[in-house]
Amino acid sequence: MAVSASRIASRQIANLVFAGFCILFTAFALAALAAILWSLASQGIGGVNLAILTQDTPAAGSTGGGLRNAIVGSILMGVEAMSIAIVVGVLAGTWLAEYSGQSRYGSLIRFLNDVLLSAPSILVGLFVYQLLVERTIGHFSGIAGGVALALIAAPVITRTTEDVLNLQPTALRESGIALGTPVWTVTRSILWRAAGSGMLTGILLAFARISGETAPLLFTALGNLNFSTDMMQPMANLPKVIFDFALSADDNWRRLAWVGSLLIAATVLAITIIARAFAKEPNRS
Amino acid sequence: MEHTVRAYDDELDAMTGELARMGGLAEAEVADAIRAIARRDVILAEAVINRDARLDALELDVERKAIRLIALRQPVADDLRRTVAAMKIASNLERCGDLAKNIAKRAVVIAEADPLTPLTSSIERMGILVTHRLKDALDALASREIDRAVTVWRRDHEVDEHYDAIFRELLTYMMADPRTITACAHLLFVAKNLERIGDHATNIAEILYYEITGVELVEERPKADALRAP
Amino acid sequence: MTTIAPEAPRVHADDVSVATIDSSRIKLDIQGLDFFYGKGQALKSVSMSVARNSVTALIGPSGCGKSTLLRTLNRMYALYPGQRATGRIMLDGEDILRNGVNLAMLRAKIGMVFQKPTPFPMSIYDNVAFGVRLYENLSKSELADRIEESLRRAALWDEVKDKLHASGLGLSGGQQQRLCVARCIAVKPEILLLDEPTSALDPISSAKLEETVTQLKSDYTIVIVTHNLGQAARLSNYTGFMYLGELVEFGETAGMFTKPVTKRASDYITGRFG
Repeated sequence: MAVSASRIASRQIANLVFAGFCILFTAFALAALAAILWSLASQGIGGVNLAILTQDTPAAGSTGGGLRNAIVGSILMGVEAMSIAIVVGVLAGTWLAEYSGQSRYGSLIRFLNDVLLSAPSILVGLFVYQLLVERTIGHFSGIAGGVALALIAAPVITRTTEDVLNLQPTALRESGIALGTPVWTVTRSILWRAAGSGMLTGILLAFARISGETAPLLFTALGNLNFSTDMMQPMANLPKVIFDFALSADDNWRRLAWVGSLLIAATVLAITIIARAFAKEPNRS
Repeated sequence: MEHTVRAYDDELDAMTGELARMGGLAEAEVADAIRAIARRDVILAEAVINRDARLDALELDVERKAIRLIALRQPVADDLRRTVAAMKIASNLERCGDLAKNIAKRAVVIAEADPLTPLTSSIERMGILVTHRLKDALDALASREIDRAVTVWRRDHEVDEHYDAIFRELLTYMMADPRTITACAHLLFVAKNLERIGDHATNIAEILYYEITGVELVEERPKADALRAP
Repeated sequence: MTTIAPEAPRVHADDVSVATIDSSRIKLDIQGLDFFYGKGQALKSVSMSVARNSVTALIGPSGCGKSTLLRTLNRMYALYPGQRATGRIMLDGEDILRNGVNLAMLRAKIGMVFQKPTPFPMSIYDNVAFGVRLYENLSKSELADRIEESLRRAALWDEVKDKLHASGLGLSGGQQQRLCVARCIAVKPEILLLDEPTSALDPISSAKLEETVTQLKSDYTIVIVTHNLGQAARLSNYTGFMYLGELVEFGETAGMFTKPVTKRASDYITGRFG
C-alpha cells in the first residue's frame, strides 16, 4: 500500500515543528551559559594580576591583596578529599560491580550510595561538623573540610566506577577466568585497565563537582584570612572567600570574588575538557 | 518435512522431475530400438536415433540443476545423497539412450540383410527382459521403494544368462552359414548393448538404494557364470 | 545363490544415537551430565566422549545447551552462584566436577576462546604472556620464545611480529581472535574449547581461524561450538547434535553429514527445522 502524499506532508511538518522546539530550547540553555561565562570573564579578567597568586586575602578597605591562602587551602583540601574519595569510591564501585552480585547487601549499598549522591551538600557539612568539629577535633580545620568534600566526591566515583565496570563485556572477565586467573587479578590487571579511562573520567568529574562546593566548607574548614598549611587549623578556601567577598560593599573584595569565581570556572572547564578527552580515547570495538 | 527455505524444496523437486522425464524417455528409446530390430522398422529406428539428442540435453539439464543446488544450498545428508544420486542416475540413463541409439543404427543395417527370424526373436525376448528391468528400476525411483530396487539389483544375472545363450546361438549360426556373419555380428553387438543397458538398470537400483538408506549395496552380487567369451 | 541386502535403517522422531569411541582414544568422558540454572534444567543426562587430538563439534539450535555443555568442561559456570552440574566428566581418569578440584590448574589445562574476541587491554606481547606469567617463572628470553611460538601456532606471528608492543585492541577482529587463541595455547593446555569462535568474523578471517584450528588439531583436543554447519563439517572429526538440552546424536562427522541416524539430527542439518 502506498503512503498518501498528504500523510507524508503532515509527517514532515510535525518533524519540522519538533526539531524547531529542540533548537529553540537548546539555544536558551546555551545563551544562559554564555551569559554566565561572559559576566565571569568580563568582570574577572580585569582583576587578574600576579598578586592574586602571591598575596593573601586583604583586610576590608585596603587595596591590593590576592587569593594565595584560599587557592592553597582549596588545593590542600581537594587533594585530601580526592585521596580519600578515590580509594573509597574505586573499591566500593569495584565491589558493587564485581563481587556483590545479586546480594541484598549489595543492593542496599547501591541504594544508600544513590541517596548520598543526591544528598544536599549542606547536610554533609553539618554531619562532618557534628562528627569532627564538635565531637573529635573541637574546632574548625582543613581536615574536616577535606572529609566533607570526600563525602561528596566518593559516591560519584563509586557510581561511575560501578557503571563503567558493568559496561565491560562478560566475555572479557570470563576469558581471564578461563586462563585460571583469580578474580581479584582479573579485576586489577584486566578490568581496571579496560575501564580505566571511564573511571578516570568519573574521578575528574567528582573533582569538578567538589571544587565549587561552599556549603560543606562553611561548617568545617570555616576559612582563614591568613596563609596556613596546617590541616588541623581553620583553612582558607576559594568558595568561602567568594561567598564572603561577593556580598561585601568593598570594591577590592568584590574584584577578588570575581577573580576567584573565574579561577574555579576555568579549573572546572579545564577538568571537563580533560575528562572528555579521556572518554573519547579509542575504546574497544 | 519441508525445508525452512521453501525454494530449496522447489529446486530439489525440479531436479527430480527432470530426472523422471529422462527415465520415461530412456525407457521408450530402449523399447523402440528393440521393436525396430524385431520388426525391421527403419523409420522407427531413425526416430530413435533422432530422439537421443533430447536425452543428452535433459542429462545436461539435470547436471546443471544438481551443480547449482550444491553451489547454492550446500545440501547435506539425504538432500546431498538425493542430489548426487540424481546426477549419477542421469548419466546412467544417458548411457542407456546412447546404447539404444546404437541398437537403432544396427537395426537399419540389419533390415537390409535377409531376416534371421529365430535369432531376432531371441534378441527381442532379451530386449523385453532388459526393458522390464529398466522399467522396474525407474518405477522404484519414482516410488522410492527400496524393496523394488533390491529386486532389480538381485535379478541382474537373468540378463547375463540371456546374453550367454544368445552368444552361443549366434556362434552356431555364423559357423553354419558364413553369409550371415555380417548380420550376426551386428546382432551380437545389439545383445551386448542390451546386456549393458541391464547393467545400467542395476546401477540405478544401487544408486537409489544408497540415496534412500545412506548405505552402499556391497554384497557379492549374484553373477551368471562369467563369460568365457569376450 | 540368494543373498540378502542390508536392511535400511528406519528412523523415528525421538531416536537418540550416541556412538562410542575406543577407550584408548578418549580424552574427556562425559557421563550422565545434568546441568541446572537455578531451577531450570539446561542439560539432560548428556553422555559423550571427546577423542584425543581431534576436533569435536557441537551443533544444534539456539538454547539447545551446547554452550552450556562447553562451559561445564572448564567449570566456567562455577563463577555464578545458582548454576550447578551433576554427573561426571572424566579428564584423564579424574572427575573434574568433584569438589576440591583446583580450578586454576584445571583451567590451565583447558583453554577457552569466546564468541567475541576478548583481547586484554594491554600490548600483544603482554596478552600472550598474561597466562604464562600466572603459572611459570620464565626468563625473559624463554618468555619471548614462548610468545613467538604461540603466535606462530595461532598463525598470527607474521602479522604482528613488528608490533608486539602495540595494543592488542588495535588488531582487526580476526587477528584479535587468533591473539586469543595464542594467549590460550601459550599456557600449554591440553584441551581447547572454542565457543562460536568465528561468529563475529568475516569469511576470510573465519577461514584463517579454521586453518589455525586444523593446524592445532594434531597437538590438542578441541571442542568447538558452532552455528555454522559447514564449519562443523569442515573442521571436526566428531559431531554432536544437541536439542533441548539433550544429546540427540553423536558420531563421526562424515557420517553425520551424509547419513545422520536420527530424524531430528537429519531435519536440523538439512535445514528442515531450527
